[in-house]
Amino acid sequence: MIIIKKTELARAMARAQDTYILSGPVETFHGHTFRHLEPGQTPDLSYQHTLVSPKAVVFPPSDPLLTFSGNDWTGPDLAGLPPQAAVGIRPYDAKALHLLKYNFDTPEYKDPFFLSRFENLTLVGLAENQPDPANFSTSCGTGPFDETGLDMLLVDLGDALAGKILTDKGEAFARAAGLVPIPAEKKTAVASTIAELKTRAEKSMTSPREFGSLDPVSTLDLYEQADWEALAFGCINCNTCTFVCPTCWCFDIQDEARGQKGVRLKLWDSCMSALYSAHASGHNPRQQGWQRFRNRFMHKLKYFADKYGAGPMCVGCGRCIRLCPAGIDIRTIHQALSRLEAVT
Amino acid sequence: MNNPYEPYPVTIKEIKTETADRSLKTFTFAFIHQADEAAFSYRSGQFAMLSVPRVGEIPIGIASASSEKGIVKFTVFKTGKVTTFLHNMKQGDVMGIRGPMGNGFPLEQMTKKNLLIIGGGFAFTTLRSTIITLMQPDVRDQYGTIDVVYGARNPGMLLYQDELDQWCRQPGINMHITVDETDDPDWPHHTGFVPAVAGECAPESTGNSVAIVCGPPVMIKFTRPVLADLGYGDENILMSLENRMKCGIGMCGRCNIGQELVCRDGPVFTLAYLNKTPGEF
Repeated sequence: MIIIKKTELARAMARAQDTYILSGPVETFHGHTFRHLEPGQTPDLSYQHTLVSPKAVVFPPSDPLLTFSGNDWTGPDLAGLPPQAAVGIRPYDAKALHLLKYNFDTPEYKDPFFLSRFENLTLVGLAENQPDPANFSTSCGTGPFDETGLDMLLVDLGDALAGKILTDKGEAFARAAGLVPIPAEKKTAVASTIAELKTRAEKSMTSPREFGSLDPVSTLDLYEQADWEALAFGCINCNTCTFVCPTCWCFDIQDEARGQKGVRLKLWDSCMSALYSAHASGHNPRQQGWQRFRNRFMHKLKYFADKYGAGPMCVGCGRCIRLCPAGIDIRTIHQALSRLEAVT
Repeated sequence: MNNPYEPYPVTIKEIKTETADRSLKTFTFAFIHQADEAAFSYRSGQFAMLSVPRVGEIPIGIASASSEKGIVKFTVFKTGKVTTFLHNMKQGDVMGIRGPMGNGFPLEQMTKKNLLIIGGGFAFTTLRSTIITLMQPDVRDQYGTIDVVYGARNPGMLLYQDELDQWCRQPGINMHITVDETDDPDWPHHTGFVPAVAGECAPESTGNSVAIVCGPPVMIKFTRPVLADLGYGDENILMSLENRMKCGIGMCGRCNIGQELVCRDGPVFTLAYLNKTPGEF
């Protein structure tokens, strides 16, 4: 356990930057975002949530896979990347990175772009003392003070931050930032304060009691029997939900070139887009918007859960709820599917 | 950690125009590095990404058989940016191949069985690989009867015409070729859609028969009831699907059918298996 005064945070981060490439929450014109920190830049730990999730730390929106020069190509050198640390990441976003790993680290194939960053990353979390009204992370197996998946958890105590060191990576980060453990006699009092803050934060949340487990209903029953056209009413397939989601991993691969020079890019994509699943022949198995809506929610709530046994592909961050222009709420969709479960 | 997005460099050894409208060409590639050829070990029914530097990638079924040493063939329909660029490339040009991908046909599980192979359009390309594999002298005896129903829009759109003629004369394989329409009064084969011709010509299942189906979604849809009438159980019908793919290694997400990914879990599935999944193909 460490304690750091907020007035000393900048100095600690500057020390950490001698060893780590840092990313963290930064205030922008449009609100907070999670991004790479320039030398000397301090993460703004007063934030509540970031509009776009921090998944870009391991899965950038645009990631060069190959560089072309004429007919020759080379991949980037991913070995020997300097260690990175995401400072001030919310526990639900840290869990999301672990869910992404299910997709990028498979027995058959390993995505070196994701994994080289993920394995090299230290996650320094920041507990959420006052959760956003759309946050329902406790329903998704995480929560505002969840420690799983983190290397260190920071808790805002007002003038200072308490830090629970959770792994060897967290220990190494604390050393690099010059953070020293607090005396043993003070530990109990700090732990008690953290426990109180945690209870208060979790009580303030209005999370649905059940979320995620749709096990009793078969995939085909959910797929065919739910009134998906009604559920999707209002959805304009704008893709916002997928781009802000911390667990969505769909991507496209495109070449960009000027003359003989070019680059092959892995780019975030969205299953809500009509072109996403359109065949070269013109046939599209998900031609209608509601069919793409169905695929998204089936993937989040059923396919992923069944395939990996790791719960839903959702961490309850609430971004898709806050930002959906049609007011679609994943909790409502889950509720409708659960009602189907009750009937069948 | 290997980079599964990095293609093997190949040179174009030969380009053959297949169809009268020049929309389909078969490209024969040779690997530039011998080690890459050894690493690209494939089976019929698998596919690969053809990678044109600075233009893009496309998934295409492998048309050659692993018995055709030193080369790998792909038949490509000119339809988009990458395929149009590829169609304009010349012998000796360098490009890339990434793969092989997917599961392919489990031919070793079909020994001693009668095989019915049904293909339509340019999806027949992977079935060429299967037929070449099956017709190897040391392989052919391991199987019972082999019937092939293959259809194209018109005679000019039939692929591999020299080989079709040869297979029609060859013992050990029963060819049933059809076209949707033709003006040729001397046309020696069938006229009609693939499902209808399969219903007329394909042998009934003996209970020891397997059907391999590869074609556009509409052909697959209408072939399913025909195979049921011929007595093929859903466990013995293998479908090769064509969902849109980008990464080919099950990560980009777009080719899913339920929780299955066509590029990694397929493209070959039994109909019995597909019956349990959302029909998004």
